Amino acid sequence: MSNSVKKVRTTRLLVLFMLLTLSLGSFTLAASAEQPTSAFPPVALEDLKVGMVLIGSQDDGFSGAHYNGLEGMKAELGLKDEQVLYKFNVPENAECDAALRELVDAGCQIIFGNSWGFMNFMEEVAEEYPQVIFSHCSGYKNNGVNFNNYFGRIYQARFLAGIAAGMKTATGKIGYVAAWADNAEVNGGINAFALGVQSVNPDAVVYVKYISSWFDPTLEKQTAVALLSLDCDVIAQHVDTSMPQVAAQEAGKFGCGYNTDMTPAAPDAHLTAPIWHWSSVYTAEVKDVINGTWLPVNYFLGLKEGMVDISPLSKNVAEGTAEKIEEARARILSGEWDVFTGPIYNNAGEMVVKEGEALADADITGGLMTTLLIKGVEVK
Amino acid sequence: MPKRPPLSFHLVQRGEIPRLYAWGYRLLAVLFALMTGGVFLAALGYSPLNIYGTMLKGALGSPGMQRETIKLTIPLALTSLGVLLAFRMRFWNIGAEGQIAAGAIAASYFAYFQAHLPTAVLLPLMALAGILAGGLWGLIPAWFKTRFGTNETLFTLMLNYIVMNLITFLREGPWRDPAGGFAATPRFPKGARLPELPLPFVGNVHIGWIVTLAMVLLLFLYMRYTKQGYEIAVVGENERTARYAGMPVRKIVLRTMFLSAGICGLAGMLQVAGPDRQLTDAVAGGRGFAAVSVVWLARLSPFGSLAVAFLFSVMQKGCSMMQTEYRIPASMSDILQGIILFCVLGAEFFLQYRISRRKEALA
Repeated sequence: MSNSVKKVRTTRLLVLFMLLTLSLGSFTLAASAEQPTSAFPPVALEDLKVGMVLIGSQDDGFSGAHYNGLEGMKAELGLKDEQVLYKFNVPENAECDAALRELVDAGCQIIFGNSWGFMNFMEEVAEEYPQVIFSHCSGYKNNGVNFNNYFGRIYQARFLAGIAAGMKTATGKIGYVAAWADNAEVNGGINAFALGVQSVNPDAVVYVKYISSWFDPTLEKQTAVALLSLDCDVIAQHVDTSMPQVAAQEAGKFGCGYNTDMTPAAPDAHLTAPIWHWSSVYTAEVKDVINGTWLPVNYFLGLKEGMVDISPLSKNVAEGTAEKIEEARARILSGEWDVFTGPIYNNAGEMVVKEGEALADADITGGLMTTLLIKGVEVK
Repeated sequence: MPKRPPLSFHLVQRGEIPRLYAWGYRLLAVLFALMTGGVFLAALGYSPLNIYGTMLKGALGSPGMQRETIKLTIPLALTSLGVLLAFRMRFWNIGAEGQIAAGAIAASYFAYFQAHLPTAVLLPLMALAGILAGGLWGLIPAWFKTRFGTNETLFTLMLNYIVMNLITFLREGPWRDPAGGFAATPRFPKGARLPELPLPFVGNVHIGWIVTLAMVLLLFLYMRYTKQGYEIAVVGENERTARYAGMPVRKIVLRTMFLSAGICGLAGMLQVAGPDRQLTDAVAGGRGFAAVSVVWLARLSPFGSLAVAFLFSVMQKGCSMMQTEYRIPASMSDILQGIILFCVLGAEFFLQYRISRRKEALA
């Protein structure tokens, strides 16, 4: 064999090799464009530790629903008790910072936080510990690396509850005990509820009172009583305890709770309550951590994904309520229509969403919704 | 027939007690408290030894935990020093909560609106503002006391609520973070945050730890070796004696109260610029009241206050760990802390007094 032949062969081989690597390279490039890879390695099930910082305890409505969600995740994925760490009753100050660091120290791979005011603390701690995932409920920030947020389209459930209230009211006046003014989550809830009311009872009005607290049993009850004295005969709420429902029952009137089925607290008054199924999002995120597929994307799940729903209709609902609700549910599930589809007018009578247009998510979790109250809603 | 005397009890002041005996007594009180708490825990189905072990581990088990415990100690120790100064004069300042908040508000003003200044200027300015605001807030009840003889306990207590509501007003109104959909103050800019320095064995903690240690020493020297310190002691012992000796009692009360409240204001500044990094209504977080127990247990000693404040923080941090690990509700750890405090404060009481039957007392 001559030298030159050998040379040609080597060159051929080289070219072939180069072509091969090139095509392989482009193949992997194409794959990564479709399926972005996670920056976090998979975690063995027995090494996994999940932390959560909660604003309340397992006994209150909002934090209790999160607790149940995480416990549901634990059962579904087969984690042991000591693999899920909770910090209860954490205020929105340096104690949040300390609680987060404590959970990092305990070896958690992912840490959840369930209150709006935790957002900035989580963002800063996330920057310090890039190897740990921080997932925040109800805010809007995302650092694109290890800090995302999750929430649910609870407004869809509120709309359904609004139908039950609109069908029930005889006076055409519905009271709403709300937590904070100028808050997108709270106002979004009020507006969706009022749209639900108006979808079956166009002339009904919703009277709102803000109490500047998420949790204040005494004030919640007093506020409900005040609304009842304004001739309201259905009391809805965006606060944590069942006291507004108890007040409605004591007055012989009706109400829609929140967070959990409040029928046991007010069996003769409660109609239905918008509720959360947090376990769906917790299971999804933790599964991704185990598989090494977690990505810094935001989760905003709704009725369709089973994240939100209403509690079973009680014996107190008006006749025909179930049918109306199922109709609306089917429209939402179809994906062709959502609650904030125009035309929508604010309570000064100006059109804010045009006919046929739907509000963007950014204007539901913040933006426009922060200050919007729709036609038929009055702050008392 | 002779009448039987009614069964009644009487408190009798004890004489001097040997130091060693007193310390043994206190140790017993702590052990008794732990045992009582243990019975309580056992009744709820937990193993007391495991829980106490977890508490210790949670407070001191790793450098990370130690740092958090130190961060709790700093504001509590500093507030205790402030309270202590007024207590030495028998001026019952229980308004530290409000004085901390006043200091925090003033410091926050510079953090939010003067952040263009270089850090080396901004931070001292914030500290100065904190001291002045806290001090002036404390001067109000002192002035009323010296002028009209008002009750300082009630006065200082009620002033707390005014500042707390001022923070709520600022948070929901003029200082609200425009970026959020929810009423909260913005985070401090980077230049308005306290730098961190390594504390031996523990690692980086904000420089409040140096300020606190320096303040302990300063206060010790001030009270022991200066004329002003002596004046405070005399006024505390007996105001008439002080007057008779020609001391300007009014001036002494005002000056001391300004210093007392100023130190509390500084604690507020360190808290907002250190761990909090934003003005919240929990900036004082009950420390103003906890400090009263601290200085009482420390028998008004600066070094003692530092030690007791540290132990308090160990307990607080340990209880937080206990909640996480055993999912014990927060109220449970409040009860445990309450039992320990009750026993230890009770021991102090019985070190000074004993209960005797009326008959014996009369004899």
